[in-house]
Amino acid sequence: MNANVLVLEGVGKSFREYPSQILRFATWAGISVRNVQEHWVLRNISFRLGRGEAVGIVGQNGAGKSTLLKLITGTLRQTTGSLTVNGRISAILELGMGFNPDLTGRQNVMHTAGLMGFSQADIERAIPDIEAFAEIGEYFDEPVRTYSSGMQMRVAFSVATAFRPEVLIVDEALSVGDAYFQHKSMGRIREFRRQGTTLLIVSHDRTAIQALCDRAILLDKGEMRMDGDPHTVMDYYNAMIAERENTAISSVKLESGKVQTTSGTGEAVVEKVGIYNAAGEPVEFINVGEPAELRIQVKAHTDIPRLVLGYLIKDRLGQDVFGTNTHHTGQALEQVRAGQVINYSIRFSTNMGAGAYSVSTALVSTDTHLVNNYEWRDLALVFTVMNVDRAYFVGSNWMPPSIAIDQS
Amino acid sequence: MTEMLAAIWRYRFFIFSSVRNDFRARFARSSLGAIWMILQPLAQVAIYALVLSRVLGSRLPGTDNKYAYVIYLTSGILAWSLFVELLSRCLTIFVDNGNLLKKVVFPRICLPLILAGSALINNLLLLIATLGVFLLVGHSVGPTALWLLVLVPLTLAFALGLGLILGTLNVFVRDVAQVMNVVLQLWFWLTPVVYMPTIVPEEFKYALSANPMYWIVSSYQNVLLFHTAPDMEHLGLTAVISLGLLAVALLLFRRSSAEMVDVL
Repeated sequence: MNANVLVLEGVGKSFREYPSQILRFATWAGISVRNVQEHWVLRNISFRLGRGEAVGIVGQNGAGKSTLLKLITGTLRQTTGSLTVNGRISAILELGMGFNPDLTGRQNVMHTAGLMGFSQADIERAIPDIEAFAEIGEYFDEPVRTYSSGMQMRVAFSVATAFRPEVLIVDEALSVGDAYFQHKSMGRIREFRRQGTTLLIVSHDRTAIQALCDRAILLDKGEMRMDGDPHTVMDYYNAMIAERENTAISSVKLESGKVQTTSGTGEAVVEKVGIYNAAGEPVEFINVGEPAELRIQVKAHTDIPRLVLGYLIKDRLGQDVFGTNTHHTGQALEQVRAGQVINYSIRFSTNMGAGAYSVSTALVSTDTHLVNNYEWRDLALVFTVMNVDRAYFVGSNWMPPSIAIDQS
Repeated sequence: MTEMLAAIWRYRFFIFSSVRNDFRARFARSSLGAIWMILQPLAQVAIYALVLSRVLGSRLPGTDNKYAYVIYLTSGILAWSLFVELLSRCLTIFVDNGNLLKKVVFPRICLPLILAGSALINNLLLLIATLGVFLLVGHSVGPTALWLLVLVPLTLAFALGLGLILGTLNVFVRDVAQVMNVVLQLWFWLTPVVYMPTIVPEEFKYALSANPMYWIVSSYQNVLLFHTAPDMEHLGLTAVISLGLLAVALLLFRRSSAEMVDVL
C-alpha cells in the first residue's frame, strides 16, 4: 500500500502566451510554434503528503498558492513534472459557488453532490445527515435566495464534507460563519483527520496553521522556500513579509532544536536578552505569579530618527500570549546616534500558566515592522514558568480565583 | 472513448438533475410555472402563423389547404429552433461555465449533454404545441412523421458538432460568438423556413444545396406537411457531415482541454 496520498515531483506551471491565437490552434495540430511567451507561476514544486497529515500552505498573494491548489484538485494541468493522487480530493473553496438562488437548499445539495460525482442513491442516503449538520431548520426547503450568507455557508460546508475524502483542501473560506458553526466544522475536519484524511490548509492565519498543521510549506514567487515545522515556517514567513532591500534573513538552529529566525536591515540590533528574578539574578525558570524583569540591550549602528522596541511572548504552540512596544507605551526614542547602547528593563509579574515561553523582539520605527524593520528576532529568549507553590491549574493564564462555597 | 462513456454513466444523475434544475429555475418564480413551458412555444407558433399567414396572406403554391403555409412554416421553425438554440448555447458553453470549470473537477462532456437534454425538451414541447396547431387547422400528420425520430437526432448532432467546435474556439477567441450571432441571422434567411425554395433564382440554387440546414428543414417540411419521405441522398450526406463535425469537435475538445482553463 502506498502511504502517500499525494505526490508532487518537480511540478511546474506556465501560462503560454501566443503572439496570435491561430498559432495556439496550430500547436494542437502538432505544429511547433516559436515566439511563445511562457509565464511561469510555479516551478519545481516537490512534496509528498502522507495519510492523515495536516499541511499548511502559506505565502503572499501571487505566490502561486491558488494555482497549486488548482493543480492538485485537477482543474489545471501542470506543464512539467508529475502529480499523483491516490483517492478522492474534496475542496472547500468558494463555498456555495454553484448554488442556484431560485432552487431550494435540498435541490442545490442534490445538484452539488451530483457535481461531485455521487450517485442518486449515495446522495439520498447522505441528505438527512447534510440537513442535520447544516442546522438551518425549515429553510432547507426554501429557495437559497432567502438565505443569509451564513446559512448558505452552512449548507455548502455540509455538502462539501458529506462524504469523507482522502484529501481535504481547506481555503480561507473557513473563517466565514458564526462561531458556533466554525467550531462544529473544525470538529468535523478533525474527525476526518482521525479517520485518515489528509488536510491541506491555505491560510494567512498563523493561529489556524499552528493549531491544525503538523507541517507547513512556504511558497514565494512560485517556488518552494521552506517545508517543515509550522513554527519555523511561520516565523520565516513573518520575517519575509518585512523583507526589503538590504535585509537579510537568517535562520539559526538552536540547541533546543528550534530555529531562530532573524531578519532586518540591521541599523539597530539586540545585543543581549535576559530574564531576571526579583533579586536581579538571571534565571531560566520562574515561579507562577513571581515578579520578573526582561532586560534587553540594544545597540544602534547608524543614526536612527526614531527607535521603537517591541517584544512578544509566545507559548509553546506559538500562540501570542502578550506583546506590546514602546510606541504604544509612548516611550519611542528620537534621534538615536550611531554607537549608542540602550538598555531596556521590562518588569511584569508572571501571571502565566506553567510551560515554556519564548520572547521575540523587534526593533522598528513605528508601531509595525512593515515600515522600517531594523531587526526582528524570533526566539530571542526561551524561559519556563513553573508552578512551584500555587494550587494546580491549567491554561496559559494565571487568574488566581477566590472561590466561595455555600453549603447549607 | 470508453473512458468518456464511463464518465457520462457515472455522472448520469448530475446530467439529469441539471436538466431538471434548468427548467425548475426558469419557472421558479412565475405563478403559472410549468404551464409556461407549453404557452411559450404555442405563442411563438401562433405569432408566426398570424403574422405571416393571415397578415401577409401567403398561400402555398400547389396546395389548396389555406393553412398549408402555416404548417409549412411551423415545420421549418421546429427544425430551426432546435438548431439555433443548441448552437447559440454551445457557443458560450465553456465561457459561461468558466467559474465552475476553474473550481470543480468533473467530466466536461457533461456540459454539452446537459444543453442537449434541455434543448431537446424545449423542442419536444414545441412539437406538442405544433401538433396542437395542426389539429386546430385540421391537418393530420401521417406515418411519415415517424421520420422525426431520425431527423431530431440528426439536427441535434449537427448543431452539437458545429456548436462545440465554435464553442471551444470561442474560449480562446471571444469574437467567434459575436460573429456567429450575426451569421445565424443571415443563415436563417438563407434557409427556406419562411419562403419556398422555388422562389430562389436558378443561379443561387447551388447555395441552397450546400446548406445542410436546408436539407434538414426541407425534410421536416416533407414529412410533416407533404407526407413524403425525405431526400435520402442529401439526408445521408448531412448525417455524414454531422458525424464528421462531432468527431472534429471531440478531437478539438481533447487537444484544447489542457489549456482551456488557463484562459478562462
